[in-house]
Amino acid sequence: MTPEQIIFIIVAVVTLTAALSVVTSRNLIHSALWLILALFGVAIFYVLLDAGFFAVIQVIIYIGAIAILFIFAAMLTRRVMQDSDPQTNSTWWLGALIAGLLFAGLALVLTNWPGLSTPASPLAGDSEKIRQLGLALVSPDHYVLPFELASILLVAGMIGAIYVAGEKKR
Amino acid sequence: MNFLSDPITFIGSWLTNLLLGWGLSQALVNTIVKFIGAGLVGTFGFALVIFTIWLERKLYGRIQDRLGPNRVGPYGIFQTFPDMIKIFTKEYITPDGADKVIYNLAPILSVSAVLLAWAVIPFAHTIVGTDVNVGVLYIVAVGGIGSLGIILAGFASNNKYSLLGAFRAVAQVVSYEVPMVLALLVPVLLGRTMGVNSLVNAQSVWFIVMSPIAAFIFFTSVIAETGRAPFDLLEAESEIVAGYQTEYSGLKFGMFYVGEFLHAFTISALTATLFLGGWRGPFAQQVPILGVAWFFIKAFIVYFVVVLIRISMPRLRIDQMLNFNWKFLTPLALILLVVTAVVDKLFYLAIPSVTISAAYLPWARAGIHLLVNLVILLVLIQILKGYQIKSRVVVAQPRAVVITPLAEVKTVPQEGSKAYDS
Repeated sequence: MTPEQIIFIIVAVVTLTAALSVVTSRNLIHSALWLILALFGVAIFYVLLDAGFFAVIQVIIYIGAIAILFIFAAMLTRRVMQDSDPQTNSTWWLGALIAGLLFAGLALVLTNWPGLSTPASPLAGDSEKIRQLGLALVSPDHYVLPFELASILLVAGMIGAIYVAGEKKR
Repeated sequence: MNFLSDPITFIGSWLTNLLLGWGLSQALVNTIVKFIGAGLVGTFGFALVIFTIWLERKLYGRIQDRLGPNRVGPYGIFQTFPDMIKIFTKEYITPDGADKVIYNLAPILSVSAVLLAWAVIPFAHTIVGTDVNVGVLYIVAVGGIGSLGIILAGFASNNKYSLLGAFRAVAQVVSYEVPMVLALLVPVLLGRTMGVNSLVNAQSVWFIVMSPIAAFIFFTSVIAETGRAPFDLLEAESEIVAGYQTEYSGLKFGMFYVGEFLHAFTISALTATLFLGGWRGPFAQQVPILGVAWFFIKAFIVYFVVVLIRISMPRLRIDQMLNFNWKFLTPLALILLVVTAVVDKLFYLAIPSVTISAAYLPWARAGIHLLVNLVILLVLIQILKGYQIKSRVVVAQPRAVVITPLAEVKTVPQEGSKAYDS
């Protein structure tokens, strides 16, 4: 077993435990912290896959921005954080069944897919990867339209948030 | 001579060969050597902070016309060690109702986030922790983890003042990340790379010469990120006791303390690396150990400025701090980024039509960028003058403070010595 595989197994166990704890933890802040750990584990997977850019972006966007917003929002509602209701409802078996079926279906499809066992072809050089990504995002025959649409969506969301939160002046 | 000129690489390759000679596989040896290197960089950071705490206290003393620490060792240089022993022996106090796990996790997070940034700082062209090709983004990402530590400390303490400090931390640290990232994009544009070591290699002309405004914005926003004066609103002692670290005692407080001092030096090292040419200097390419010396000289010069700013500036009000960020730094950074990108592109479009020798090319480019920066600065000053006049409301006309001698003569015989008080 290579050291990379050992690191992968440790990180996988930690990530899965954290992901499970996000939904089972009763304290909202603890859930957010477990989520951060899970997202951090995903970032390490990106590093192991030799995709440093995505790893760093994962940490900046999800941990540096989104998770901090979660925690901030939860901090403002300190009293309702502790939840003592039962964590399952009467249809839990249905959910478990659907999730199990989905997992089985995905596993079946993936085991029959030849791409799972063949190693992927190596990518371009280190700095070349970011260059290709950047060009792909702005070149007209690639992804410029989805990219711009996502930007417009985000701007609309931001303006909406400012309108909702802002002071109404008459 | 190899050992004298480049000791770290020498020891590294010696260790690798030794372990390979023992019959270990190449991948395992790489992992072991990387782990040892990571441990060394972390330990080095902690060792450095022992020195910088003394240095900062000494500089404080001198600027405030005091002696500073002067009892333990020559010039009090070992003062930090008794302080450390004192802090180790203090009692840990966990407040009632505190969230214990998070309460203990927060100081660890805030120290380790600062230490993580040292992984990508190049000390010399061969002595680099790890040369990530997205090093600049990595620095931003690590900064986010540090602010997480502060927020958790404020939340978990179960103390109103701590919580207020954490709210301020969110407002300050998260919003100052915006101009910091925008200012960091300027060196990335000029150096055409995101790796920190490659950025140092690209600085045949220092980036502070090419884009002084970007250096100013970066420096200001990283000072705000450290939460030190004049941006120490998160622990403003005259308003909210000690902010997020109110409830911490003993070594847990010590970790925040070490984290803050280490952060102050880390931002100096980052500024020196990204804008002052890092390890670049005479003979740094031939003798890597000289590069380390150049790097630390530059870092300590910046550090001196950081300390000077901290000791001589009054604290900002929270609305001033946020206005300064969103209405001044962020628009300025955006304008600078767009203008720099356009000018750089135009420069390279115009190059084929102008005959210029390759040796002068970087200097011509630097000159044009400097000129553009100066133009932006002049326009900025003109705009600011208009705002300055509008923002100042005249409350009253100035009054004469000193009584004319003639009036004094009249009042003295009637009211005696009391007239002097008015």
